[in-house]
Amino acid sequence: MDHFLTPGDWGLALVQTLLFLAGAPLLAAWIRRVKSRLQNRRGPPLTQSYRDLRKLFAKEAMVADTASVLFRAAPYVVFGSTLVAASVVPLLAVSLPTAAVADVIVLVGFLALARFFLALAGMDVGTAFGGMGASREMLVSALAEPAMLMAVFTLAMSAHSTNLSSMVQFNLDAGLVLRPSFLFALLGLLLVAVAETGRIPIDNPATHLELTMIHEAMILEYSGRHLALMEWASQLKLMLYGVLIVNVFLPWGIATDTGMASLAQGLLALVAKLLLLGLLLAVAETVLAKMRLFRAPHYLNLAFLLTLLGLFSHVILETGA
Amino acid sequence: MNLEQLSLLDQAIFVLAALALLASFSLLAQTRLTAAIHSFAWQGVMVALVTTLVALSGIHHLYVSALLTLSLKSLLIPWMLHRLVRRLDMESEAESIGHPTLLVLAGAGLVIFCYWVALPIERLDMISTRNVIAVSLAIVVLGLWMMVARRRVVTQVLGFMSMENGLFLAAVASTRGMPLVVELGVAFDVLVAAILFGVFFFHISESIETLDVDLLNRLNEREE
Amino acid sequence: MNLPLPLLPAGLAVLAALASAGVSLLANRRHSLLRLLAMPLLVLSGIAAVFAGIEVLLSGVVVATQLPLGLPWLPWQVRFDALSGFFLALIGLVTTSVALYGPGYVRQYEHGKHSLTALGGFTGLFVAGMQMVVLADDAFMFMVAWEVMSLSSYFLVTFEHEHPANRRAGFLYLLMAQVGALCILAGYGVLAWSGGGFTFIAMRGAALSGGWASVAFALALLGFGMKAGLVPVHVWLPEAHPVAPSHISALMSAVMLKVAVYGFIRFSFDLLGDVQWGWGVAVLLLGSISALMGVLYALMQHDLKRLLAYHSVENIGIVFIGLGLSMIFAGSGQPLLAALALVAALYHTINHAIFKALLFLGAGAILHAAHEQDMEQMGGLLKRMPWTGLFFLVGCISIAALPPFNGFVSEWLTFQAALQAWALENGVLRSLIPIAAALLALTGALAAACFVKVYGVSFLGRARSRHAQHAREVSTGMRAGQGLLALFCLLLGVMPTAFLSLINGIPTALLGVGLSHATEHGWLWLTPIHPSVASYSAPLVLTGLLLAWGISSLWLRRGKLRRVRSCEAWDCGFSTPNARMQYTATAFSQPFRRVFGLLFRVEEHVSRLEDGSQKHELHVSDRAWELLYAPVGRWVTRASALVGRLQTGHVRGYLGWTLGTLLVLLWIIS
Repeated sequence: MDHFLTPGDWGLALVQTLLFLAGAPLLAAWIRRVKSRLQNRRGPPLTQSYRDLRKLFAKEAMVADTASVLFRAAPYVVFGSTLVAASVVPLLAVSLPTAAVADVIVLVGFLALARFFLALAGMDVGTAFGGMGASREMLVSALAEPAMLMAVFTLAMSAHSTNLSSMVQFNLDAGLVLRPSFLFALLGLLLVAVAETGRIPIDNPATHLELTMIHEAMILEYSGRHLALMEWASQLKLMLYGVLIVNVFLPWGIATDTGMASLAQGLLALVAKLLLLGLLLAVAETVLAKMRLFRAPHYLNLAFLLTLLGLFSHVILETGA
Repeated sequence: MNLEQLSLLDQAIFVLAALALLASFSLLAQTRLTAAIHSFAWQGVMVALVTTLVALSGIHHLYVSALLTLSLKSLLIPWMLHRLVRRLDMESEAESIGHPTLLVLAGAGLVIFCYWVALPIERLDMISTRNVIAVSLAIVVLGLWMMVARRRVVTQVLGFMSMENGLFLAAVASTRGMPLVVELGVAFDVLVAAILFGVFFFHISESIETLDVDLLNRLNEREE
Repeated sequence: MNLPLPLLPAGLAVLAALASAGVSLLANRRHSLLRLLAMPLLVLSGIAAVFAGIEVLLSGVVVATQLPLGLPWLPWQVRFDALSGFFLALIGLVTTSVALYGPGYVRQYEHGKHSLTALGGFTGLFVAGMQMVVLADDAFMFMVAWEVMSLSSYFLVTFEHEHPANRRAGFLYLLMAQVGALCILAGYGVLAWSGGGFTFIAMRGAALSGGWASVAFALALLGFGMKAGLVPVHVWLPEAHPVAPSHISALMSAVMLKVAVYGFIRFSFDLLGDVQWGWGVAVLLLGSISALMGVLYALMQHDLKRLLAYHSVENIGIVFIGLGLSMIFAGSGQPLLAALALVAALYHTINHAIFKALLFLGAGAILHAAHEQDMEQMGGLLKRMPWTGLFFLVGCISIAALPPFNGFVSEWLTFQAALQAWALENGVLRSLIPIAAALLALTGALAAACFVKVYGVSFLGRARSRHAQHAREVSTGMRAGQGLLALFCLLLGVMPTAFLSLINGIPTALLGVGLSHATEHGWLWLTPIHPSVASYSAPLVLTGLLLAWGISSLWLRRGKLRRVRSCEAWDCGFSTPNARMQYTATAFSQPFRRVFGLLFRVEEHVSRLEDGSQKHELHVSDRAWELLYAPVGRWVTRASALVGRLQTGHVRGYLGWTLGTLLVLLWIIS
């Protein structure tokens, strides 16, 4: 614990958090651009997300007259919780002091806190859309939770730790090992990530039809800086899941010490991996169609089955007496 | 036994065995017939790959077995079943399963049970193969469970075939393959069974106009 | 009689509770006596209990003495050790808050037709009974105190006895309490038979064979489980808790269920001693099922107090999951991990006591201010009752197990305990425990969904009824009671290391090892196994969250920027939205009803009435009734019908039975 008191490590943690903040809109813009290309359009430029955020911050915030103080406080809570969650995921370097403060279960807890307030904000205005969005979001997240935790458990039972830095270190040290449990956990986590971040086939982030919305319905009433915070928080969540998947399961390239050369290499590796993952997500979103709500439980059951098989592979195949 | 100490070959065998188990679960809960046949074909591919990997360690007659499995289980029988499905006009039918979640959960329970049954295999040189035996036993039991739980005759055939897949996987992993003669015999038995199934289904469908196993008792000749 | 030091405040606590009951005897004549004298005596009792409990936990001494009460050859033994101290402090804390809240709440009964004597008297007896249960060191005093607890709470449940539904609920409660007490008594009987005496000291020394130990354990699990509310013997809980006055519901749900947990821990870990891992599997299974079924049934309710009662079933399930894990580890030779699981269960026990009491007090405040118990008639209460809304929000966040409050820490510890399953040798256990943990995760997420529904429908949005529109904030006392509990929710969430150091004596006494390594890295870090395995720093998490919220809020709301414009909500181009266009509680839970429908009994009809309008009815009922209780009821009726044939009504027949009995007795004597 003592070596965490160096200001250098904490400074690096702060820099990584700011990188998260700055990079999240860029990742969302990259995915949108690839999707446009696949649909034979030119698509908005990569800086469009930043321009949208700047525009929203400059606009006046309008609040419904039936909303209470929770509606105005919720964007800050959601944004802050997601940011704190992002600060515990190793981005450039393996060792991260914040990973000792909060492990992967606490990370899930932070995202759950953000989602709780988001759903409450949806219900605060007193219209049917917000209630509908909140109800659907809580259903999807409740069904995704066992799959997510089972994937985490499979990882933790091999790595004997829930600390994200330790998990990444364990994977790096093991070298090239084909673990069926990790393969299944990765597949399950990919499915869960799509559900939790509200992408196709669970939810369409670009829809304008209220009856098809899940995430959008909860933030329907927000405008101005409140909406900017909510949008940024959802982009941050997407990048968080992306970084979690690429750095924990495919950690090669991450910086093992805090020298400038290592960090630069870590940044390059991360950018390459995220671009690839974004490409994959864009292709999946183009090929698949959004499912109706009551097919989402089947999708999430598949995710749970995959992670359950990961656990079984671990217990049966990987650890013997 | 530490996974990292095994060779890459053994690790790959584990991955493929686990994927074959996933194919079993997919067969269990898949409602659409064509998708179920594809799952079965993929299971055959996994088993053939395992056979090839084991053959790489020096047992050359397993290459023949792998080729046999691949051509029979992944190409010929699925093609025959596809043709059957088209002839009986069942392509667009989806079977309604009562509660697929319950089926899958029961399957998970069966996997744990098979693991517990396989635990007493204690010989040290077989610890890693003991695990693959547990998985193959689970595939066999899941195939039988599929035959119990599903109603359409075609899915029953798939369950029967996947049981054979599981047995073959167990044989390859533990005793490094059966004698070639035995394997050829079993393979031809399966082929003949598939042909006979095809013939029978056609006639059953014509006489009682349904391929629902629960209604097969219409076939008795009692005057009603 | 020389009372050792820690027993003095404990004795004071019991006496103050009894005095509160005694004072209430006059309450029917002078109505203000209840809230001016009886309730403050309860506050005194609560503070004394907290003081006594913490003193025993800190000092680590065990005091035992004998009271000159009870039977001549079986005087009452009293023992005050770490486990008793913990539960006594728990009882005291909740009692203090409820007694602070009480005066404002009971005002509404002062001009009614209900007996204030009954209310105050039985409340005092109830608290005293619970305190005596945790202090008892022999089976006789335990059972007497247990029955005092059950019977006084029965009278409190049927306090508003003019409603037949309340009487039915009270009857069911009494019936199951007595059946449970019989099972517990039978369990003590087995221990006493082999130990040679009714004192706990004799029972600890009993050498039971594996089979008889399992029989005793099964009886204790059934008896204590019935009182705690494990599925499937939980059916009395959602009937009895909602009908009692709200501060009594808080006491029952928050404290009485925990006394049952205390009894279970005392019986299996202390009196039986060597726990078998098979028992742990049974407890884990029952706990998981209770947790899942509890939260699913809670999701379907729209009566606020009934929903909270079902959540008690869920949380007791979570506590038993921790206890089951502890038994599995203890029976498999891993005492350190067993200590971790036990501590996680104890942490969740006190967390649930605090936030469930807070939620019930909040429900009582809503009932007091808006005269509504049905969530479908509430709405927009946050603007009318800001303090109650704030405290209720703290309760909702805590019960949904979200950081930085206390519910999250106990769930984190339970997960960490479950994750250590890799250390077990039994492969089947190594696969079952993560599945139970995944079920726990599902339960936590469903609980969060349920409390989004509760808070969103009751406090947010628009008011759905006239009563809700005119609700007013409640009195200072009621706010103080809730505020105290909310404060402890935050404290227990932010200072887990202090709490763990405090209760370290309990696993040391019961399992032989303590969890000192969990707090050895300073007050900032909670490291249950080892820092490289998992660590959690609650204060730093709170700091991080406050920094993130504070900086973003201050930066974006500086100066002119903080202005917002008020407008109408988005109505999709149709007419102005009214309160009935909002989502109702039933609507919110419809997706869950559809996905998990198999587990409930759902009856839904749409009928057309004479005037042409349509009526939609939806009944969601507990499957346990049709699967377990209806057959049992039918069997009992048939058996009694068979026995009833004895009552022929003929005098000579009865005389004949008397003659037969006399002859048999004479034969036996000879």
